[in-house]
Order: sequence, then structure tokens, then C-alpha cells
Amino acid sequence: MIAHILPLADFTAPKIEYSELSPLLVVFGAACVGVLAEAFLPRPLRHLVQLAITVVAVLVSGVLTGILMNDNKELIAAQGAISVDGPALFTWLVLLALTLISVLLFAERSVDGGLSAFAGQAAAVPGSEAEREGTAAKVEHTEIFPLTLFAVGGMMLFASANDLLVLFVALEVFSLPLYLLCGLARRRRLISQEAAMKYFLLGAFSSAFLLFGIALLYGYAGTMSLGGISDALSTQTGGDTILLAGTGLVAVGLLFKVGAVPFHSWTPDVYQGAPTPVTGFMAACTKIAAFIGLMRVFYVALGGTRWDWAPMMWIVAILTMVVGSIVAITQTDVKRMLAYSSIAHAGFLLTAFVGLAQAGNGVHNGITSTQAVLFYLVSYGFATVGAFAVVTLVRDAGGEATHLSRWAGLGKKSPLLAGIFAFFLLSFAGIPLTAGFTGKWAVFSAAWTGGAWPLVVVAVLSSLVAAFFYVRVIVLMFFSDLPADAPDVALPGWQTTSAVALGLAATVVLGLVPGPLLDLAARAGEFIR
Amino acid sequence: MSHELTWLLVAVPAVSAAILLLGGKATNAWGHLLGTLAPLIAFAFGVVLFVQMQGLGTEERSETFKLFEWFSVGSIKVDFSLLIDPLSILFVLLITGVGSLIHIYSIGYMEHDERRRRFFGYLNLFIASMLLLVLAADYLLVFVGWEGVGLASYLLIGFWQHKNSAAVAAKKAFVVNRVGDIGLSLAVMSMWALFGSSAFATVDAGAEHLSPTWATLLGLMLLLAACGKSAQVPLQSWLLDAMEGPTPVSALIHAATMVTAGVYLVVRSNAIYEVTDAASTAVVIVGTVTALAGAIIGCAKDDIKKALAGSTMSQIGYMMLAAGLGPVGYAFAIFHLLTHGFFKANMFLGAGSVMHGMDDDVNMRHYGALRKYMKVTFVTFAFGYLAILGIPPFSGFFSKDHIIEVAFAENFVVGLCALLGAGITAFYMTRLMMMTFFGEKRWEKDVHPHESPSVMTGPLIILAILSLVGGALYFAGHWIVDWLEPVTGFEEAEPAISALAMTLITLAVVLVGAAIGVMLFRRDIPREAPVRVSPVTTFARRDLYGDALNETVLMRPGQYLTRTLVWLDNRGVDGLVNGLAALFGGMSGRLRRFQTGFVRSYALSMVFGAALVVVALLAVRLS
Repeated sequence: MIAHILPLADFTAPKIEYSELSPLLVVFGAACVGVLAEAFLPRPLRHLVQLAITVVAVLVSGVLTGILMNDNKELIAAQGAISVDGPALFTWLVLLALTLISVLLFAERSVDGGLSAFAGQAAAVPGSEAEREGTAAKVEHTEIFPLTLFAVGGMMLFASANDLLVLFVALEVFSLPLYLLCGLARRRRLISQEAAMKYFLLGAFSSAFLLFGIALLYGYAGTMSLGGISDALSTQTGGDTILLAGTGLVAVGLLFKVGAVPFHSWTPDVYQGAPTPVTGFMAACTKIAAFIGLMRVFYVALGGTRWDWAPMMWIVAILTMVVGSIVAITQTDVKRMLAYSSIAHAGFLLTAFVGLAQAGNGVHNGITSTQAVLFYLVSYGFATVGAFAVVTLVRDAGGEATHLSRWAGLGKKSPLLAGIFAFFLLSFAGIPLTAGFTGKWAVFSAAWTGGAWPLVVVAVLSSLVAAFFYVRVIVLMFFSDLPADAPDVALPGWQTTSAVALGLAATVVLGLVPGPLLDLAARAGEFIR
Repeated sequence: MSHELTWLLVAVPAVSAAILLLGGKATNAWGHLLGTLAPLIAFAFGVVLFVQMQGLGTEERSETFKLFEWFSVGSIKVDFSLLIDPLSILFVLLITGVGSLIHIYSIGYMEHDERRRRFFGYLNLFIASMLLLVLAADYLLVFVGWEGVGLASYLLIGFWQHKNSAAVAAKKAFVVNRVGDIGLSLAVMSMWALFGSSAFATVDAGAEHLSPTWATLLGLMLLLAACGKSAQVPLQSWLLDAMEGPTPVSALIHAATMVTAGVYLVVRSNAIYEVTDAASTAVVIVGTVTALAGAIIGCAKDDIKKALAGSTMSQIGYMMLAAGLGPVGYAFAIFHLLTHGFFKANMFLGAGSVMHGMDDDVNMRHYGALRKYMKVTFVTFAFGYLAILGIPPFSGFFSKDHIIEVAFAENFVVGLCALLGAGITAFYMTRLMMMTFFGEKRWEKDVHPHESPSVMTGPLIILAILSLVGGALYFAGHWIVDWLEPVTGFEEAEPAISALAMTLITLAVVLVGAAIGVMLFRRDIPREAPVRVSPVTTFARRDLYGDALNETVLMRPGQYLTRTLVWLDNRGVDGLVNGLAALFGGMSGRLRRFQTGFVRSYALSMVFGAALVVVALLAVRLS
């Protein structure tokens, strides 16, 4: 009977390369297990079990990724939907490492009197009796752990999507958990909820752009796969307007996630409002995933029309660097300052992206754009998570003291903490012997060899301006007097301590001996199609 | 010991700095001793290397030692390798020799400072970075040292962080130096693009095949870097403010060593300047202008350290001028750099000794007649004074005289400026001497000038002797010229007039300058600086309006740009929306209630952005 309805003989099951996709499957699987654990475990056990599930999943997935990298396997998996190539594997590994550090920050409970940074009951009205009771009973949302796993799984998928539809699905998979996480701050809940709302509305808006762009590109090429679009570019004539409009709209959607000007306006508000551990996670991981996704779409699918979109990207890159570094100067909140700094960093990354130094297009001299971007993302990611981890520790009665004036004289109160933060800032500024220095050199020289020298000049000037506001914070911390009502430096638990230590270690090591990682990034090679 | 251990030169002070800065309070008791030992060890090692080099043939004196491969990307490979050659060894001796003396002096000078250990840690950090700068065999590695000395300088200028002026000065020095650093980083990137490497050997070999445009650009980029570090016009403004740091810092970093890094860079890049006349000329112009500007500033300062700082700018201007003249001048630039290192460190430390006795007052109008109270300081300072004036047989006579001579041989106007500068130098230094050590007492009753302890006067005496005999580097058979010839090349300048006549003219000009100084400042110096002065004096007092210029040209437009962008970012789009809202009247007003306000304007900015993106794409295709 069933055989009549479904002609089984003609049905071929899709071929899924389980071993190559195992890192993704482990993460998503663990996320589902986490949801089940949330439903069936008694409350007191949840925190520990969820943390264990998350950490184990991330570690296992990381090991599997490492094995795949070691085997040097490159292929398009899942019927052309997912591309497991060098850059994708590299990105997976970086995302997993940064997630591990971020999860440690999420799990921190000792800096705020035995409570995590997340709201006990997100549904309780801020300031209400229900909220107070929840706090007294030390209620927590342990859902943050599976949410994080879903987010990171989506990011991994986004960085390896070989098909525009998969790209879009992945975008939503990692965005939705992030919207939720943003609104879960325990302190200053109204501003946190506002941030989540803004992020959601604007994110939905940008998704619409992306989706419309995808539709137009499909209309042009008749296919969603990146390789197929690339083929259509070389064979098809006519329909240029659809192609260009589609390119533009896809660019808008992706640049929004990257945080490039003029699609950056959500960044400062959301970074400021979100719980600081989430901000660190977003600032590092979202940027990485979005950037690799951007590069993959534009290099693989739209590489044939690069002379059409490169000038537009030049403008965006220049705007991003200039606005990011200049507006950062006047910020008075440390989280907002770091937000604008992350915008400026997106601009620096874009220089390498539009530098188009690729082995494939005749630029053989030295560093390729992909390699430079991968290295920069690593150096930026570790310093970012580390810096936000430090932010969680400077506290007063109202929670974190993020206003910069409250940081005055911190170097006298806690030289170690201020010194570590200063080191992260110096790395952001690109001072030699920090990871940020090597990263800047890598992206600038990729842009330079690719012929984008005006961009490099703007970039160097912007990084000068940027150095100014980083140094301003250092001056404030070390050369200002300690006010009488200075905030306390909370004694971190092992989670935050190890997060800061890992970020610091990576920043120091990558500054002193960048060679191995640069080699690894070089081995990742180019995107395949 | 052998050359292979060159890395120890950098490692010893670096390790000491790490111990002092990370060791915390446990090292308080003996920190200053360890900090002083480190440069002494490096100096002893430097002397051994130097003596060994004497026994080697000319060709064997230059050796590069690769420690490890720093990174390699495609065809670009950067090694962590050190170069020891006749030029770098002279710098090693200057840095560690003068550096050691200043460390010893600081034991006394910083005795009562509770953060003395940290101070020595920073000083060691500086010594290590400076040695890395001069020993590096690759421009990128130079850059690392370059930033390292910048950082150490920043930390030390702001060392007395309780003074707001010190923090501001430190920040200014850092930012102005970053402007110069742009030059060096662009130069390194250009070298990668042009030669595929930034190693000295490759760049030197490739320089002659450069196109004239690129050679000039490279020369100018390096000059920009040199201007920042060496406080040359137009990036001179930070040096005067840098005097906020403790006096030993001014002596070590802002007189004897770090500020000469720019001269080192130009001399080291001689292969590039060889092929570009335009950039060389720019170096000469910068040097000449700074030589005069610094001298003029020096004339008007009442702060003893700032007067000396003006003088430092001016003297480095002389070195730049000589370096810009090419092979005829390189050796003399380095020669003057060394003698200047001796006599300027001597005078700065002398000034520190005076301040030590005068309760840290720096205003020369409050000094007077100190020669009777600080005999050792006075005599040693006088040695430095005679050296900077160029009175034979003091060292400055040999080094400065040659620069003026070569300048006249190459270009009459430059020579004339150099000669004029020598006269002004004689004038302001005499003014400084008269106001400090001669005339009548002008200090308050409760100030009791006294001689400094021997741990401070010891280094003064040694530096005074060096100021006297430093000239021997040249008159002992033109030694320094022959020594540097393998690195920098040498050409005999063709003098316009005989050397003896030139020397006599210079001496006459110097004596006239000094005589005017003596006449004007013999007596009757008011305790307060006169307010009604000639425009020239105001001009000089305001540092030739350097800060005002920076403010109008860079800071103000920068601020406006920032404000505009912030306004646009925060309110501009919003304002536009509100304007539109007014147009659409009540309908918009009602709709607004359903929206948060900001999100709407953000979304609108995204729409504008999307329009921009699509228009940019279409514009490219249609154009």
C-alpha cells in the first residue's frame, strides 16, 4: 500500500558524510541533550550537568575538528550544502576554543554573590516581588548552556555553508539564541531587554535584506549553491541588474552581522545592554562566523564579479575604520568603547578582504587574504573575550561599573587586573610583541600586496586614532587618582580566572611566536567550491 | 665569549627588567642594584666584542646572527636576527656605557622614591629595547625595538603619575611618536612589496634598482619615522614636555640615546638615501630647521631642563643635517652623536644635581651663584658647556666643527645656518651658565643648596672627562671615519675655504655668542620672568608656536570630525527622521508611539546603507 504512494525504488537517500560533519553533529546533538536535561533534571543538578554537557561537547567537537584538519580532508558534504574545507575547519576550531572560554564566563557565580550574570527568571517583571523571591532562592536560567550550543553550532554551519539557503538557515540558528541571551542580564534588566529587542528587530530587518538578496541571486543563476552561482556568472549574459541588486542585498545582510558601517548602529547598544559574558561571546564568535561567511560568499560565488563589488566594499571598509575609531574616542562606557573598537577591527579585517590577495588570482607574494583574516580573527577573538572577562570583575553595588570614569586609578587598586586589561588594549592597538600587532601586519600586508594601498594608508591612520583611545584608558587606569568611592575588584572564581588566563596566554604567545598559527592558517588554504 | 652570544646584550637587561617588574615588593631591597648591574654586564660584554672586532679584518667585522625564524609567510620571511657591525657596536657602547653611569646616578637621585625598583625596571626595559633597535638586522625588528623604547619612554615620562602634567606629557609623547611610527610601518610594508623582505641585506642590495619615485617615498617615510623619534620639526613638540620625567630619564632617553634613534635610522638606511636626492635634501632641510628652531627655543626657557631640551633638539638637528649630506657626513653625524651623548648626559645629570640641591626647583631665575655651593657640579657642568660650545680641545669642538665644515662644502646656505646655530648655541648656553652658577643668589631663605652625594657626582666626573677626551675618536688618526667606512662609505668633502680658516671663523662666532650671553646675564636677573617682552621672545617661549600649530592643524579639525561623526551617529539620522515626521504630521506621530525611536532610526540608516551599497554597485557597472 505504501509502495503505491511512495515510489521507493526511485528514492535515493541523500548521502551524508557523517564523519566529516561529526563536529557539527556533536554540537547540535549535545544542545538537544541539554534541552532534555533541562526538562528532566532536578533544579539543583542542572547547573553542573549543563556545564559538563557543554564543555564535553565543545571539547569532543574540537578534537574531531582537529582530527579532520590533520587528515587534510577537503570536500563538499551533505549533497553540496556544506563545505568542509581548510578555512571552515580552522574557523570551527577557533569558534570552539572561544566558546569554551565564554562558557566558563557564563558559568561564573562567585563575582556576584553566588549568582551568575543571568537573570533568575527572565519572565519576571524587572524590580517585581517575583524577581526578588527568585533571587533570594538563587534561581537560575540554565537554558543558557543549550542556547549557547545552538548558537555556536549555527555559527559553525554559517562559516561552512556552501549554499545560500543553508547560509540563511544557519544565520537564523545562531541569531535567535543570541537575541535571547542578550535579554537575560540579571543587573540592569531593562537596558538588557531593550538591547535584545533592538538586536532582534534589526536582525530580522537585515535577515529580510539577505533573504531578498538570495532570492534575486537565485533568480539570476537558477541555483542556490555557491559554485553554481559562480558558474552562472561565467556563462550567463544579461540579467545584470538582478545580479547586482542581489549582490548588494546579500552584502547588506552579511555586513550587518560583521558590524560594518553603515550597518553597525546596533552594535554599541547591544554590546552595552547584553550581559557582559554574552557580549564577549558575541563580539568574538559572531564576528568570526560572519566574516568567514562573508568571505566565502563573495570569494566563491561572486568572485567572478569582484571588480563590481570591490569598490563598494572599499567604501564600506573606509567608513567602518574611520567611524569606528573616531567615534570610539568620545565613548564614556567601557563596553561601548569596546563595541566601537570592534567596529574598527571589522574595518581592518575588511581591508584584507577587499585586498583580494588570493593564490588564485595571481597574487603569490606572501600572505593571502584568507590567511591574514583567519590569523587576525584569532588574535582579536582571544583578546576580546579576555577584555570582556576583565570588565565583569570591576564592580560596585549596582553590578559592573562600566562607566569609564569609574575605572580611574584602577591600576593603583589592582595593578594585576589593570595591567592585564592594558595588555589587551595594547594588543587591540597593535603594539609589537602582542598578537594584535602580527594580526594588523598580516591584514595590512595582504591588502597592500593585493593593491589596495589607499586602504592601508587609511587603516594605518585609523589605527593611530584607535591607539589614542586605547592609551587614554591606560592613562586613566594608571595615571589618575583613585577616587574615594572606587568600585571593587571582585575576586574571580576559577572560571573567570581561567578565561582571562587563556585569553592572555593566547595574546602573549601569538605575539611572540606567531609562526605556527600563521602556518596553520596558510595550510587552511583557500575556500573550495 | 664570542659574537654568537650577541643576543645576551639584549637578554641581560630584558631579564633584569622582567625580574624587577614582575618580582613585586620582594625585590625592593636589592632591585636598584640588580637594575644597575644589568647594563654594566652588557657594557662589559660590549667592550669585549669591541676589542675582538679590532683584531678582525674590515670585512669580517659585520656579522649577522640568526636566532630563530620569527615568521614566514609565503615568500616573506622575517628572521629574529641581530647584526653586529662597526656602527651598531658604537651604539652598544654608548647605550650601555652612558646608561650604566645614569643607572648609578639614579641610585642616589631616586633614593627617596618609594617606587625606585619600578623605575629601574623601566630603565632596564628601555636599555633592552634600545639595544634591540640598534642590533636588529631587519627593519621589522627595528620597529619592535622602536616601539619598545617608545613604551619605556612613555612609562618613564609619566613616572611621577601624581603630577597631571606628567601624565599629559607622557600621552603627548606617545601620540606624537605614533605619528612617526606610521612612517616606519609604511616603509616596512613597502619594502615587503618592493623587495619581498625587510632585512637590511636585501634592502641594501635592492636599493640601487629602485625607481626614483619609490626611493624618494621610502626615504620620506623613514624620515617621518626619524622626525617622530628624534623630535625633529614638525614632530618636535613632545620633547619639551617630556622633561616632566625624572632627570636621569631626560639624560638617558631624551638626550643621549633614544632621541638619536632617528639619526641611526637615516644612517643605517644610507643605501636608500644614496639613490634619492629629494629625500636626502628633505633630511638636510629638516635638520637645519630643527637646529635653528631648537636653539631659538633654548634661548627663551627659564626652566633649566627645557633649555637643555631645546639644545638637544638643536644638536640632533646638526646630526640629521650631517646625515642628510650623504657619505661626506655620515661619520661626522655619528661622531657628534657620540660626543653629544657624553656632554649632554653630563649636563642633564648636572642639572639634576642642581635641582637636587635646590628642592627640585627648575626655574633658573631662582638660582644664581651656585658655583660656590656645588663645586663638583659646577666644574663638571662647565666641561659639558665648553664641549657643546666647541671650544678646543673639548670633544664638541671636533665633532661640530666638522659638521659645519662639511655643510659649507656642500651648500653655502646650509653652512651659514649651521654657523649661525653655533653662535646661538653659545649664547643660550652662556645664559644658562650665568643664570645658574654666576651672578647673585636669588633663592629663598629656606633653600639650602648643597653638593650631591658621591654616587651622583661620580658619574658626573666620568662624563665630564669623556666630554673632554671624546674628541680623541677623531683626532687619533681619523679613527671614527675609517671605522665606519665599511658601513656608511666615506667621501672627502671639498672644502670651500681652508679648514683652519673655517675653524677660526666658527670659533669667532661662538665667542661672540658667548660674550653677548655674559654681557646680558651678568647680573640683575629678575626673579619673575618679565611679561612685557619682544614678539621674538614670546615666539620662542611658546616653542615657536609648535603646540598652537598642532592644535589648529590636527587637534581642532580632529575634534570637529569626531563631534560631527558622533552627532551624525547618535542624532543626525534621528533628526532627519524627526524632520520627516514633522512633514507627515499626525500620522507619523501616532505611528511613533508603537516604536522605540532609536531602532527606527537605526533601521533607516540601514536602508540608507543598503541604498548606498546598491548604488555603488550599479555606479561601477554603469560607469
